[in-house]
Amino acid sequence: MSEFQEKQDGYLNMQLLRFTTAGSVDDGKSTLIGRLLYDSKAIFEDQMEAIERASLIKGEEQVNLALLTDGLRAEREQGITIDVAYRYFATPKRKFIIADTPGHVQYTRNMVTGASTANAALILVDARNGVAEQTLRHSFIASLLQIPHIIICVNKMDLVDYKEEVFEEIRKNYESVSDKFDVRDIRFVPISALKGDNVVDRSENMDWYDGPTLMYLLEHIHIINDRNFKDPRYPVQYVIRPQSDEYHDFRGYAGRVAGGVFHPGDRVAILPSGLTTQIRSIETMNGKLKRVYPPQSIVMTLEDDIDISRGDMIVAENNLPHVSQDITIMFCWLNEKALIPGGKYILRHTTNESRCIVKTVDFKVNVNNLEKNLEDKTVNLNEIGQMTIRAAKPIIYDSYKINRVTGSVILVDEGTNETVCAGMIS
Amino acid sequence: MEKYNINHLRELEAESIYIIREVAAQFERPALLFSGGKDSIIMYYMARKAFWPAKVPFPLLHIDTGHNFPETLAFRDKLAKDTGAQCIVRYVQDSIDQGKAVEETGVNASRNVLQTITLLDAIEELKFDAALGGGRRDEEKARAKERFFSHRDEFGQWDPKNQRPELWNIFNSKKHMGEHFRVFPLSNWTEMDVWQYIYMEDIDIPDLYFTHKRQVFIRDGVWLAEAPFMKLKDTETLKEMDVRCRTIGDITCTGLTLSKADSLEDIIREVAATRTTERGGRADDKRSEAAMEDRKKEGYF
Repeated sequence: MSEFQEKQDGYLNMQLLRFTTAGSVDDGKSTLIGRLLYDSKAIFEDQMEAIERASLIKGEEQVNLALLTDGLRAEREQGITIDVAYRYFATPKRKFIIADTPGHVQYTRNMVTGASTANAALILVDARNGVAEQTLRHSFIASLLQIPHIIICVNKMDLVDYKEEVFEEIRKNYESVSDKFDVRDIRFVPISALKGDNVVDRSENMDWYDGPTLMYLLEHIHIINDRNFKDPRYPVQYVIRPQSDEYHDFRGYAGRVAGGVFHPGDRVAILPSGLTTQIRSIETMNGKLKRVYPPQSIVMTLEDDIDISRGDMIVAENNLPHVSQDITIMFCWLNEKALIPGGKYILRHTTNESRCIVKTVDFKVNVNNLEKNLEDKTVNLNEIGQMTIRAAKPIIYDSYKINRVTGSVILVDEGTNETVCAGMIS
Repeated sequence: MEKYNINHLRELEAESIYIIREVAAQFERPALLFSGGKDSIIMYYMARKAFWPAKVPFPLLHIDTGHNFPETLAFRDKLAKDTGAQCIVRYVQDSIDQGKAVEETGVNASRNVLQTITLLDAIEELKFDAALGGGRRDEEKARAKERFFSHRDEFGQWDPKNQRPELWNIFNSKKHMGEHFRVFPLSNWTEMDVWQYIYMEDIDIPDLYFTHKRQVFIRDGVWLAEAPFMKLKDTETLKEMDVRCRTIGDITCTGLTLSKADSLEDIIREVAATRTTERGGRADDKRSEAAMEDRKKEGYF
């Protein structure tokens, strides 16, 4: 095997990890992202030169790495981040997608968006200030969106003389409130993004810390089990009927596996009809497969001729999801236009779509102190809470905690066509 | 559970195929914007995978500036013939002849901006409600803010400050009459991912990507190709060099890389070692700090 081939195979075995970064500019978030990109050589010379030029024009003394992610003219002019920005870098072990979300209070919407597909959340804490209101807010959103791994980066350790007590105090404070959150895996790393301590390279200033660096964590946290391999779920996306001479009778169901493992020969039920059959084959342009699992996109053929269309779900016969017109969701309202009480919306769930009506707002959660408000039934931009919805047709779902794909919905305003609400099914 | 591993290229591929199928399912008349460059080539390749063994249920649309590399056009026609694709071509020259577009003048004249006019006219004429584009978020900072499903108003414009939030893998294609969508299945791919994927799947690409000898000249630090419509300044002289394309746009704005890479392995090594971005050689991006954002708002690819 040639040296190139070996390297190549190594590269082809890389995993993909998606993470969000939460924190305000003051926490050094842009500096941290800049550090990760710079140290992994994902910032190119012409980009660096462009940022240097832009920083100089704006009269800034240091190169402003925030300009890397602030891609829109309005963002650069106002010095703020408006929207989720996606950044990419890779190490020999993993490819990373960063969803960089603005940390201001009014941008809960963006944090929720960035968190929806993330394996991990980096939450920055300023070592001088300790656990702040926004630390809790970010953690709450990460737990609400069921991000499997949270990494609390205690930043600016250089400004507290790299003291172990400061780090331990913050860890203790955080752990005393983190039982309110439903997160599987929480880690703490003392860093200085500016000086580079424990980001990519081990710090020489913190001998007392024997845990991994941030980069080591990002490269090694176990993410395969973040997906559901237990409950076979296959939302039908598109019906494939070639109607060619060669594939005259071919009828396949295109989709992306949302949960569990499927094999040819498995007994399956088609929902909502409830009819049962057997998988005949799993097809791809590269050949037939012996098994499929999330997040593969494939085509499935079945033994029996059953009327199946987009929005139906193929599931294991002995492991059924819920089927109901009534669902309860934890919501985040995403639009300037408030919820209309009793209003009708379009519900989108997997490949399914239905009209729906919001029946009740059960409570809202104050994201700053996590207190429930049972009285106020208005729902405005960036508010989080629980509501009950009735759909015009049965929804085939799992609880969001069990499956992020079959447990998530969005609501679309029928008048403006905008996406107004994100929902996690209880 | 290690047995359920999936490498990053397969995961990106599964995501792109999912999005391409969503387009076919959610829209009535989609089209795939095909430029003959590597990104649109792998997008079309994955569209074939998405619907196999059936044919891709929408046509390719190519906006021809009239300043293309002849190799690109030959490649396009062969690919369409080999795979049975319907390929629709619309010409910037026609927009100019009809008085809808005005040719730029001067040595840096390019039809790059004019393409937008022809593209929007084609979308209107052919009543496309979704156009699949090969844009990637890592290419350029305005593109980093782009959605997979990107809404365009009745004038074809993009409003980056007022985009719909996009969560999980649920895509909202609702629109009013006359509006359309641009959809970017390759959003999460990087240049390296594209090359690795071409290598992994052994996908055919135009020879322009490999080293060849060509008459070139240098302008503002960028190597450009000689062609009948390229005007040289007095100070510029032609030279024969070993070059290859890192991206393929039209000749007026495609910077060439001095390179002897004649295999995919060489190209991957070169991309891994390079310290400038892919679009660093694109004259169209250098016009201003927000050149791409401005063009995109108008309705550019």
